[in-house]
Amino acid sequence: MNTSASSEYLHVDVRQTGPIPLNTRFSCQQHEFIVLVGPSGSGKTTLLRSIAGLYQPKHCYISCAGETWSNSKKNINYAAQRRRIGIVFQHYALFPHLSVSRNIELACGNIPNDKKMKHIHEMLELVNLEGLEDRYPAQLSGGQQQRVALARALAREPAILLLDEPFSAVDQVTRRKLRRELARLRQKLNIPIVLVTHDLDEARMLADRICIIHDGASLQTGTPEEVLTRPVNAQVAQLIDLGNLFTGEIIRHDPEKRCTWLRWGKLELECALQEEFTIGQRVDWVIPPDGIILHRRDRPSRGEHENPVSGIVEQCIPLGENTSVLMNVNDQETLSFNVPTHVARRNNIAEGEKITVSLLANVIHFMQK
Amino acid sequence: MDWETLILSFKLAICTMLVLLPVGIMIGRMLAYQRFHGRMLIMACIALPLVLPPTVLGFYLLSVFGEPSSLGHWYHQLTGHSLAFSFDGLLLASVIFNLPFAIWPMQHAFKTIATDIREAAWCCGLSHSSTFWQIELPLAWPGIAAALVLVFAHTLGEFGVVLMVGGNIPGETRTASIAIYDYMQVLNDDAAGRLSALLLAFAFTSIILINLLNRPFLKHEHKRIL
Repeated sequence: MNTSASSEYLHVDVRQTGPIPLNTRFSCQQHEFIVLVGPSGSGKTTLLRSIAGLYQPKHCYISCAGETWSNSKKNINYAAQRRRIGIVFQHYALFPHLSVSRNIELACGNIPNDKKMKHIHEMLELVNLEGLEDRYPAQLSGGQQQRVALARALAREPAILLLDEPFSAVDQVTRRKLRRELARLRQKLNIPIVLVTHDLDEARMLADRICIIHDGASLQTGTPEEVLTRPVNAQVAQLIDLGNLFTGEIIRHDPEKRCTWLRWGKLELECALQEEFTIGQRVDWVIPPDGIILHRRDRPSRGEHENPVSGIVEQCIPLGENTSVLMNVNDQETLSFNVPTHVARRNNIAEGEKITVSLLANVIHFMQK
Repeated sequence: MDWETLILSFKLAICTMLVLLPVGIMIGRMLAYQRFHGRMLIMACIALPLVLPPTVLGFYLLSVFGEPSSLGHWYHQLTGHSLAFSFDGLLLASVIFNLPFAIWPMQHAFKTIATDIREAAWCCGLSHSSTFWQIELPLAWPGIAAALVLVFAHTLGEFGVVLMVGGNIPGETRTASIAIYDYMQVLNDDAAGRLSALLLAFAFTSIILINLLNRPFLKHEHKRIL
C-alpha cells in the first residue's frame, strides 16, 4: 500500500477482504472528472463512502489536496465532518423539514454569518435554482431536488465533489438535462469530481477517465475511449457489455503491412499489428458493434475485402431507428451488430437469411487470456 | 366531580411524561441506531411490562420499594418516608410500566429517518450533537409526541400496578381509575359514571391526537419508499 505523499490531487488506495471486499487504487488530478463504473453490488458506493469518511476499510490510504484523510498504518481517520467533501446521495438526502435555503445554510458552517445569505444565493444561481429558496424538498421535482443537493454539496466549498448515482432517481428527459448541466457546471469548478454509476452511457458522456469496478476491485482505469474499446481482459469486456467477445489464436505478424493474423474457427482475420502477442498464443478478442459493416446485396460496399464473414441471421429485431442483428457464423459463434432499420429493410434482412459482413481490422482488439 | 383524584392523575401522567421524554429519546435512539451485545436483552426488559400481569409487576415493584430492600432503605434515609405507597413510588412504577409505550414509538421514529439523511448532515460538517438537535429530533418529533400522548393516556388508565404500589391514599396515590373502582364498591354509580365518561373522552381524544401526529411522519416514510 502506498502511503507516501502523492503528486496527484486525490489519491485513493483501499483494501480489505471482507465483509465488503475492496481492492481499489486510483488517483485523479484537480480538474478531473472520474467515473467509477460497475454493476450493482460491486462496491463502488462503499468506495465513495470510504472517501467521504462514512465507511472505514481495514487498510486504506486516502489523501486529498495535500491532506491525509485516512491512513490505516498511522491510525489516521478523519471523520466526515473534517474532510472537505461535498456529496450528492443517490436519493439526495435533503432534510425534509427544512426549506431549500436552510438545507444549503446547514452546509455553510465555515462561511461567516454576514456572508451566508450571499453565498446561498450564489450556490442557487450556480445550479439555476433562484427563486425557490423558501420551498420545501417535498414541493420540488426530482430534478430540482437533485440541484438543491448539488448546491448543498458545493456550499461547503469542498476540496472534492462526490456523486453517488445522482441521476438514477429521475426520468430520462430530466436525466439528459441534468447531465448537460453537470457537464456545464464542472467547467466552473476547480475541484475533481468522482461519480459512481452503473450507466456506461453516462460514464462515456461525462468522464475524463473511467474506472471499472468489480467485486470491490478496480479492473481498468483510462479514458472512456480506451476502456470502452480496448478492455484489458474478457472480464472488463463483459462488464462494459461488449457483446462480440471471442477466443482465437495468433497465427502470424506482418510488420510490413502493419497487421497481425488471427485464427477464429475456420476463418483467418486480418487485424491491426499487435506484436505484444506471440505466435500461437490463444487470446480473447472483441470487436465493437460499429466495427461490423453489412455488405449490401444490390451493389458492392466499400471495404468488402476487409475480413468478409458470412453467416445466417439468427435474430433480427427492429429497435426504433436501428435494428439489432444476431448473425450465426459457422454454427459456432454469434456476431451482434446494429444496422439502420431502413438498411435492414432495403437488404431484406430477416431471420434465416444469409448475409455477409466485414470485420474492420483496426478495431479488433486482443486481450491476454 | 372528584377533582382531587383527577388532579393527582394528571400530575402523575405529566410527571411520567416528563421523565420518559429524555429517557425514551435516549434509549429509543440508541436501540434504533446501535448494534451492541445485550441489545435483545434490553428490548426484552422494556417489553416486559406489556406482557406481565399488572399484579406481578406490582408485587415485584413493591418488594423493591419496601424498606428491607436497598433501594427502599436508601430512599427512606434520604427523604424520611417510604417509597412504597407514596407519590414518588407511584411515579417510579408509572415510569417502568410505561417504558414500552414511550420507547417503542420513539425507537421507530428514529429508525425511520433514512441513514443517508444523517450522513448528509455529517458531510455538511454538522457534529453528531448538532445533527441530533437540528435533524434527528425535528424529524422524529411527531413520533416522540405520539409516544408522550400514549404515555399520558395510559398512565391515566392504569389500575393494577397503581393499586399494588400506591394503595388508595386520597391526595397521595388515589388516581381516577382507583376512584372509579371505589365508587363502584360503594354503589355510587353517578360518580363512577362521570369519571369514566371523562376518561373515555380523554382516551378517545388521545387516539385521534396520536393519529394526527403520526400523519406527517407516515407521509415522509411513504415518500422515501416511493
